Amino acid sequence: MSWTWFHRLASPPHIYRLAQRLTPWFAWPAGALILAALYGGLVLAPPDYQQGDGFRIIYMHAPSAWMSLMVYTTMAVAAAVALIWRMKVAHAVAASCAPIGASFTIAALVTGSLWGEPMWGTWWEWDPRLTSELILLFLYLGYMGLRGAIEDPQRADRTSAVLAVVGIVNVPIIHYSVTWWNSLHQAPSVMRLGKPTLSTPMLVPLLMMMLGFTLFFVAVLLVRLRGEILVRERSASWIREVLST
Amino acid sequence: MREFLDMGGYAAFVWPSYAVTLAVVVLNIVWARSSLARSRAAARRRLAAAGADA
Repeated sequence: MSWTWFHRLASPPHIYRLAQRLTPWFAWPAGALILAALYGGLVLAPPDYQQGDGFRIIYMHAPSAWMSLMVYTTMAVAAAVALIWRMKVAHAVAASCAPIGASFTIAALVTGSLWGEPMWGTWWEWDPRLTSELILLFLYLGYMGLRGAIEDPQRADRTSAVLAVVGIVNVPIIHYSVTWWNSLHQAPSVMRLGKPTLSTPMLVPLLMMMLGFTLFFVAVLLVRLRGEILVRERSASWIREVLST
Repeated sequence: MREFLDMGGYAAFVWPSYAVTLAVVVLNIVWARSSLARSRAAARRRLAAAGADA
């Protein structure tokens, strides 16, 4: 079997052009889904029987928390692929993920705090779920700080990739924290085995928002990836070509 | 409309959470675009420098 397709797929110029072409195909559906989900979540979904309209924070909080974990997993997988197969493009993917994941982790923590105050009576508690999510933010920031601190780009790629891979242990800890320990945080209502516990008019906008955020992540990743590829390519002739457009 | 904005008394928690998250969404677009623009400018400078050497 020929491996040329694999090399072509992983070649920087191919990925650069592919990323450029694919971006609008993720960006526009993401925008449409997020707008529709905002309308569904704020207007169409009925108030919760216990939390009233306060439950609508879920449409920002749960998708942000989903992003924080999904982006980290993508980053760790890309870092592992880069370490194992010495793929420069995979390092570029991992590096592109970090600022996106960090920003949505902050959104998850802030919206969680805004939800905790009216429902639990506290902005913050050193609870397993909240603490492990805060550690996730520190992992992202540590990864970015480490990259920034190492001058040599190849060493920065390799060292930060090790941190990203090791940090993946925190992802299942966050997800199962509400099951393993007695947590203030409620149990999963969507990401669980069996049927979600939310009613359909509440659930549909949530799933749309999560899908919208996921597509948004891909679009932003593709834009960042192009920059990270350019940084890693020294004096390649194709760069002259892509810069002229 | 007033009722909608009041969010059943939870306005002070619901609206800031939407504002923060949507700000993160918008900032991600701005940051990604400026990061790409910076990398393109740096690559252009490198090419110019390499061209001057040759």
